[in-house]
Amino acid sequence: MHKALRLVQLCCILIGSLLSSVASATGLQYNMTRGVTPVSHAQYDLHMTVLFIVTAIGVLVFGLLIFSIFRYRKSKGAKAATFHENVQIEVIWTVIPFVILMVLAVPATKTLIAMEDTRKSEMTIAVTGYQWYWHYEYLNEDISFYSNPATTAEEIAGLVPKSGYYQLEVDKPLVVPTNTKIRFAFSANDVIHAWWVPALGVKRDTIPGFINESWAVIEEVGTYRGQCAELCGVRHGYMPIVVEAITPEEFEAWVAEQKGGLEEVIEESEA
Amino acid sequence: MGDHHHGPAKGLSRWLLTTNHKDIGTLYLWFAFIMFLVGGAFAMVIRMELFQPGNQLVSPNTFNQLTTMHGLIMVFGAIMPAFTGFANWLIPMMVGAPDMALPRMNNWSFWILPFAFAILLSSWFMDGGAPNFGWTFYAPLSTQGPPSTDFFILSVHMMGISSIMGAINVIVTIFNMRAPGMTLMKMPIFCWSWLITAFLLIAVMPILAAAVTMLLTDRNFGTSFFDAAGGGDPVLFQHIFWFFGHPEVYIMILPAFGIVSEILPTFTRKRLFGRVSMIYAIVAIAGLSFIVWAHHMFTTGMPVIAGLFFMYATMLIAVPTGVKIFNWAATIFRGALTFETPMLFALGFVFLFTIGGFSGLMLALIPADIQYHDTYFVVAHFHYVLVSGALFSIFAGAYYWLPKWTGTMYNETLGKFHFWLSAISFNITFFPMHFMGLAGMPRRIPDYALQFADFNRISSIGSFVFGLSQLLFLYIIIQAIRGKGKKATDEVWDDHPRGLEWTLSSPPAYHTFETPPSEKLVEEHH
Repeated sequence: MHKALRLVQLCCILIGSLLSSVASATGLQYNMTRGVTPVSHAQYDLHMTVLFIVTAIGVLVFGLLIFSIFRYRKSKGAKAATFHENVQIEVIWTVIPFVILMVLAVPATKTLIAMEDTRKSEMTIAVTGYQWYWHYEYLNEDISFYSNPATTAEEIAGLVPKSGYYQLEVDKPLVVPTNTKIRFAFSANDVIHAWWVPALGVKRDTIPGFINESWAVIEEVGTYRGQCAELCGVRHGYMPIVVEAITPEEFEAWVAEQKGGLEEVIEESEA
Repeated sequence: MGDHHHGPAKGLSRWLLTTNHKDIGTLYLWFAFIMFLVGGAFAMVIRMELFQPGNQLVSPNTFNQLTTMHGLIMVFGAIMPAFTGFANWLIPMMVGAPDMALPRMNNWSFWILPFAFAILLSSWFMDGGAPNFGWTFYAPLSTQGPPSTDFFILSVHMMGISSIMGAINVIVTIFNMRAPGMTLMKMPIFCWSWLITAFLLIAVMPILAAAVTMLLTDRNFGTSFFDAAGGGDPVLFQHIFWFFGHPEVYIMILPAFGIVSEILPTFTRKRLFGRVSMIYAIVAIAGLSFIVWAHHMFTTGMPVIAGLFFMYATMLIAVPTGVKIFNWAATIFRGALTFETPMLFALGFVFLFTIGGFSGLMLALIPADIQYHDTYFVVAHFHYVLVSGALFSIFAGAYYWLPKWTGTMYNETLGKFHFWLSAISFNITFFPMHFMGLAGMPRRIPDYALQFADFNRISSIGSFVFGLSQLLFLYIIIQAIRGKGKKATDEVWDDHPRGLEWTLSSPPAYHTFETPPSEKLVEEHH
C-alpha cells in the first residue's frame, strides 16, 4: 500500500513537471489561476486537492485495468476465473469513496461558507449586466460609468493584427483598491449575464430583477481580466471585464479625480 | 390461414405501418444515426469557426444557433432515439417476448420523431433563424428568442410524447411479458438499466413539457413566469429545466451502463461482477438524480444551506458510480480477454467515462465549480460522459448485436480501425478543453482571447478526424447489412455468450419467441 502511494506520488510529480515544462516552453496556461484573493487561493487549493485525489484513484483503477488487459489475454492462454461477487470487497469500495468524499467536503464547506460571508465589507460596487457591456456604480461615492468592449471590428474581422489582450480589453476598467473588502451587488437589465474574473475567484450570475452578492479582497496590485460567463445573446463572446487594482492611496486619489471631473462637467454645463 | 410465420410487408408500407419491434428498432437506430450526422455537421462548423481567433466563417448569431441545434439534435435526436432503438430490438429478445407490449403505440412513438425534428430543423429557414439561446434555453433569453422558438417548443412537446410512450412500452413489456422463470433478478442488466431509465423518462418529460409551456405563454399570452418585472423569476426557469435536465443526463447514460455490462462478460468470459450491486447502483443513481439538479446553478446565488445540500448530494453520486466502475474492473480482472470491436469500445467507455466521472466530482465542489462553471472544463466533462460514455456504448452495442440482427459479421479490421480513430481523435478534441476551461475560456463564445488559440486549434483538428471517422462506421454497417462479410453463427461470439437473444438464429426470424422459451433455457442463459 505504501509502495503504491509512493508510485502515485511519483506519477503525479512526473505528469505535473512534464505539463509545467511544456507550458513554460510554450507560454500556455493549462491550469486554474491561483488568483489574488483569499477566496481564489482557497478555490485553487481545493481544485488541486481534488485533482490530486482523482489522479491517484485514476492511477489505481487504470493501472488495474491496463494490467488486466495485458495479463489476462485469451491469446496468451488466460483461463477465465469464475468468481463474480465478494461482499467484503464490495463493501470496502463503497465505504472508502464515501470516506474520501467526507474528507473533501470539509475544505469545500469551509470555503463555501467564507465565500458567502459578505459582512464587514468596506465598500460596495453595483455591477449591472447589459447586452453587451457592463455598468459599474460605486455606492456612497457617486461614481458610475459604463465599461464597453474595446476590441475593434477590424481586429475581429482580421483586417488589422490582433492586440495582445484581444477580446479582453475595455474602454474603462473597473478601478478598485487592494486590501479592501469589496462587496459586489450584481444585477442585470435585460437577460442573465455572469460576471467572472478568475483571478478574483468571483463568478456570479447577474439576473434581471434580482440582486446577487459576492466579495473580494484583492491582495496584489494589478490588472485582472475576465469575461461574461452566461450565454446572453449574439455578442455574449464580446463582453470582457477588466479590473484594475491599485493601492488604497492611489484609489482615493482616483476617486477624487473622478468626482472632480464630474464637478467640472456640471460646472461647465451650468455655465 | 393459420400461418403465423409471415414475413414483413413489402415496400414503404413495411416501415410506415410496421408494429414489429425489430423494424421499429431499426427505424429508431437509422433515425438516430442520421441525426448524429446532422448534429455532427453542426459541430464541425463550430470547430471550424473556433479553429483560430477572430470571426471567419459564421456570424456570432449563426454560431449560437449552431451550438443550440448541435445540443438539441445530439441529446434528443441522436443519443435518446439510439437507446430506444436498442430497447426495441433487444428487450423482447432478451426477456423472451414475441414483441413489445404495445406495438401500435410503438409505431406512433417512432413516427412522431421525424416530424418533430423536421419542425425543429426547418427553423433554420424561418424569419429570424433557428433558436440561438443554447439547448438549455434559459429564460429570459429564450423569452426574447426568434419567432422559430415557438416551433422549437412544439417540437419539444412532440419529442416528449414520443419518449413517454416509448418508456411506457418498455415498462409494460418488462413487467408483463418476461418468459416464465425469468424473475426480475434474473433479467438481463440491459433490461434493468432501461427499466429504470423508462421510469426516469415518465417522471421528468412532463417537467420539460411544463417548462416549454410556461415559456410559450410567457412569449405569447402575457404571463410572467420567468419575468421579474411581472412578479416572476428567471431562476425559476433554471430550477424547472434542471429538475428535468439532471435525470435527463442519466436517461442518456443508464442504458449505456446496461450495454457495457452486457458486453464485458462476453469478451472476458466471466460473469458480470457484483450483478446485484450493479442493479442497486443504477437504482441509487436514478434516485439521487432527482435531488441534485441545482448543481447546474451554483453561480445563480442560492442560500448557503441549499448550496451545501446540493453539493453533498452531488458528491454522493460518486459512490454508486464508483461501485459500477470497480465492478467493471473486477469483471475484467482475471478474465480471458479478447478484443473484438465491441470490447474495444466497451473498454474505451470504462476508461473515458471514468475521466468524465472524475471531472464530475470536481464540478460538484461549489468553491471550485465557481471557477469551472460555464467554461470549457464543463464542455470537456459532458463530452467525456456523453461521447466516450453514451456514444461509445452505442457503437459498442451496434457492433455487438449487428451480426445477430443482420446475420453477417461486420468487417473486424475496419471496426477496430474505427475504434482507434475515434478514441484517439476524441481525446485530441476534448482533452485540451479541460485546459482551456481551467485557463479561463468561457463556453458558447464564437471568438476567444489569443492565449486559447493553440488548444483550440488542436481541438479543432481532433474534431475533424473524429467527424470523418464516423463515415467509416456508416460504411461498415452498410456492408454488414448488405451481407458483405462472413456469415454470423447463431451465438455470434465464442464461448457461449449469455442472453436469450443468442439462442435465436442470426438474423432472427421476423417474429421470435411466439412461444416463450422454456424455463430451462432461461435458467441456462441468465
